[in-house]
Amino acid sequence: MKKTIMTVGLATAGLVALGGQAQAATLDDVRDAGQLRCGVSTGLPGFSQPDSDGNWTGIDVDTCRAVAAAVLGDAEAVEFVPLTAAERFTALQSGEIDMLSRNTTWTTTRDASLGLNFTGTNYYDGQGFLIDEALGIDSAEQLDGAAVCVQAGTTTELNLADYFRANDMEFEAVVVDSSEASAQAFDNNRCDVLTSDTSQLAALRTQLSDPDGAVILPEVISKEPLGPVVRQGDDEWFNVVKWVLFGQINAEEYGISSANVDEMLESDNPNVARILGTEGNMGEILGLDDDFMVDVLTQIGNYGEMFERNVGPNTPIGLSRGVNELWTEGGILYAPPFR
Amino acid sequence: MESDGTPLRPGRPKPWNDPRVRAVVFQIIAALTVAWVGWTLFQNTISNMESRGISTGFGFLNSTAGFGIIMSLIEYDETMTYGRTFLVGLANTVLVSGLGILLATVVGFVMGVARLSSNWLVRKVALAYIEIFRNIPLLLQIFFWYFAVLGTLPGPRQAVNVGDVAFLSNRGIVLPKPIFEPGAWLIGAGLAAGLVVTFFMARWARRRQAATGEIFPVLPIGTVLILGLPLLGYLIQGGPVSWDIPALGGFNFRGGITAIPELGALLLALTLYTASFIAEIVRSGIESVSKGQTEAALALGLPPRRVLRLIIIPQAMRVIIPPLTSQYLNLTKNSSLAVAIGYPDLVNVFMGTTLNQTGQAVEIVAMTMAVYLSISLFISLLMNLYNRAVALKER
Ligand SMILES: N[C@@H](CCC(=O)N[C@@H](CS)C(=O)NCC(=O)O)C(=O)O
Repeated sequence: MKKTIMTVGLATAGLVALGGQAQAATLDDVRDAGQLRCGVSTGLPGFSQPDSDGNWTGIDVDTCRAVAAAVLGDAEAVEFVPLTAAERFTALQSGEIDMLSRNTTWTTTRDASLGLNFTGTNYYDGQGFLIDEALGIDSAEQLDGAAVCVQAGTTTELNLADYFRANDMEFEAVVVDSSEASAQAFDNNRCDVLTSDTSQLAALRTQLSDPDGAVILPEVISKEPLGPVVRQGDDEWFNVVKWVLFGQINAEEYGISSANVDEMLESDNPNVARILGTEGNMGEILGLDDDFMVDVLTQIGNYGEMFERNVGPNTPIGLSRGVNELWTEGGILYAPPFR
Repeated sequence: MESDGTPLRPGRPKPWNDPRVRAVVFQIIAALTVAWVGWTLFQNTISNMESRGISTGFGFLNSTAGFGIIMSLIEYDETMTYGRTFLVGLANTVLVSGLGILLATVVGFVMGVARLSSNWLVRKVALAYIEIFRNIPLLLQIFFWYFAVLGTLPGPRQAVNVGDVAFLSNRGIVLPKPIFEPGAWLIGAGLAAGLVVTFFMARWARRRQAATGEIFPVLPIGTVLILGLPLLGYLIQGGPVSWDIPALGGFNFRGGITAIPELGALLLALTLYTASFIAEIVRSGIESVSKGQTEAALALGLPPRRVLRLIIIPQAMRVIIPPLTSQYLNLTKNSSLAVAIGYPDLVNVFMGTTLNQTGQAVEIVAMTMAVYLSISLFISLLMNLYNRAVALKER
């Protein structure tokens, strides 16, 4: 009986922990703490990965750092909280992190029923398949009956079932809980195919024992707009996170980079001047300093720099810009204007 | 003190001074307070979540799940609901816990008795088994069986072929699947009849033995009945069962039933780990029965095997049952480590994938805890009933 009561007690404690948090002004909290707590993956090359000294790198990591630079003036003032796919939303809802930047797909359910808001897209992705070259398969339509490794709690899991059903094929879902575990299961031949967002397939392939023995199938079976997420109901913070990324995209469009910020401060292009805060009060109305983008651009750079540094053609991930190119360059990156 | 001769009998105290009344009142107050606090917290949580735009309530149980599950005892596909995924997970948890309890009990009893064997080798082997499996963390053992043992089996195309009907590979064991045709009910009926008759026969034999000392061969006759009656049913209906034999097709085996390696690894680890504790419990139970009992039984001319079965084990059971119950509870709860290797138990399917796809953490965690609590209370109840049956009866 004692045990029963204990169990019930613990249960309730859990509920309170989640429910008792007041609607917080996250911007003030981050300022008071002097540090941004940012949820990232447990390790995904190019997106968010720690090295042996605990230094995090990746495009999702830079997205966090850019916010820290804008709010605190210091891109290093970030505490990274590694989260599995299954943990990420609860961590954000319960206030354990201030923002989530963990290759997370923007979907209706997540946006509308989890009490969360997506602030934008920092990488447009789509789901694909990785398979052992020796099997001689060259299209996803030949995958009937395959055992497929997939990570728990992802959109990947749902798209997989949709795709096979739509094509009247059967599959066996081998569900694992981290990308490391999926690479391992694929390596051990527990599954015939590995599925995840295509950008991540490239990264996962580098972790296999024989990267060249695996091929990525041509089909892309879904839309995966990945972006930062914040709690719903804190519009001030939502705006900050949203406009830091828009600022970086606009900066690339107007040719402002970490290399030329100082010169650009002299620019008399009004668009540039508004981004850098030499004209107008964009920072002030967001609750930041007017020159917040100067900190972001000197410490992290514009969107293009963030891309090239982490996932671009000269990195081990080796992705081309593709649809993630600016709208002016034939891609779909289009940020609302700074005015 | 003066006495007028009548014995001093305390009158009934006022209710507020009566310890029994007070105890009841205080317990009621305490229970109400706990219930009130719990209810307020729950209400508070729900309204907080609603104000933050997080969906609440159990409506999600009727929405389409949309994800695949590798193994299900009940019919499941991705067009079914989250309510169904709950049942799929629950059935898989019950399966691995039930099998685990059964196997751990058998292995534990054998090892516990072996530990006290008069044979040096048997004793040392049992000791080594217990010390090894009891002292290595369970999670490590699960990984060991999964990665180091089952994971090294060949792929499906190089599977170990057992007589062209069963195949062992790193995707699990595939066995032929019986397909029951309409007349097959008679086989089931035969089995049921066999079990019932054997049960009553055993009871009758025990009574008769107690009264007259005559022994009736229950074991061989029961075995014949339990196996023979279904066989008879099978023959009468002219073999109403056909077999779906697995065959390699495309990526994997098609047809048959597959026991996935995740189940195998989890079951092996849970069984061997828990059995090592049960062995120790059995040993201490047996050692708690005084030597005099054995000596007396031997002096009466009972053979050693019978001494163990008729004299020692029944008395040892009284000491064994309570800690054995905790081991059963541990095993059931430990089965949630399934998530580490991806066996689709309740925690994995429901508190993992379903929670993440719906985001309804509070409801799902509460449901999952309620399930484990109910399973545990149910096991405790059964064991308490059994304990009462074997407990020392004062005569
Ligand atoms: N974009 C998808 C998938 C995200 C996801 O979790 N992908 C895996 C790729 S296998 C991952 O990032 N794993 C890294 C980790 O386990 O921390 C979603 O939002 O559901």
